[in-house]
Amino acid sequence: MPGVETFVFYGLAALIVAGAAGVAFSRNILHAAFLLLLTLSGTAGLYFFLGADFVGVAQILIYVGGILVLLLFAVLLTNRIGDVRMSNRNVGYATTIPVTLLVASFLVTAMALAAWPHTTPVAAPTTARLGDAFLREYLLPFELVSLVLLMALVGAMVVARRAVRDRGDADEGALPVAPASSSVGGAP
Amino acid sequence: MTSPLATLAAAPTLAAIGLGHFLVLSAVMFTLGLITAATRRSAVAILMGVELILNAAALNFVAFSHYSHGAITGQVFAVFVVVLAAAEATVALAIVLAVFRGFRTVDVADVNTLKG
Repeated sequence: MPGVETFVFYGLAALIVAGAAGVAFSRNILHAAFLLLLTLSGTAGLYFFLGADFVGVAQILIYVGGILVLLLFAVLLTNRIGDVRMSNRNVGYATTIPVTLLVASFLVTAMALAAWPHTTPVAAPTTARLGDAFLREYLLPFELVSLVLLMALVGAMVVARRAVRDRGDADEGALPVAPASSSVGGAP
Repeated sequence: MTSPLATLAAAPTLAAIGLGHFLVLSAVMFTLGLITAATRRSAVAILMGVELILNAAALNFVAFSHYSHGAITGQVFAVFVVVLAAAEATVALAIVLAVFRGFRTVDVADVNTLKG
């Protein structure tokens, strides 16, 4: 009797690998963004599988609910979806595949040679212990991360509305959109 | 209840899910993220590859945490990875929008001047 955990692990692993392969090789960037959903959800499922309940919920809330929606907005705002050349164009498989295979073989060799300790896994809710660790042992990194988040928030707003403010200062005219693409190749 | 899938999973090498299973899965995810980040030309797609790589690292952290006498440190670092990935994605997508406003493209091969 293989046990239900074997089926759960291989099901989630198949979900993750299928999604990641879709992200890597899909011809359409919008499909790639939606396939990323499979990978992120499968990873959240593996976190629950490993007993990391808080990390799993954080994965769903932040990655699936936040980052993925942000990525979809970026795809829809910046890509001309119908334009295949713009949508997705792969370069350099001839050099990328050997290099990545080299990296993968290095990783697998390293983890096959290393002497991992064989300990029995502990399955227990960890949210309370995680909160204790954050407020005692890891208090300084915790506060620093909150500072980083605040700065990222402010910085993202400043960067995203920079063009609007520059146009007001430089008095370049009343164009409702940014300077046209004629300035792309015009730099000396 | 003797489907071919069950007999396949009952093979001795597949029976027990251990640390090695998670490490191999994480290596596969890392490699696919590397391929994505290296071959795509759209800046948003490159960001997707980076997210795959970060996910692989966080999965490794949680797996090590689970298989080391229930130590909590790996999960702490996984939460840090998720939070920093959120901050990184926010700033990177703001930069992508600013670049798109200047160049009308997010193709990283065409964005070759600092002053759009």
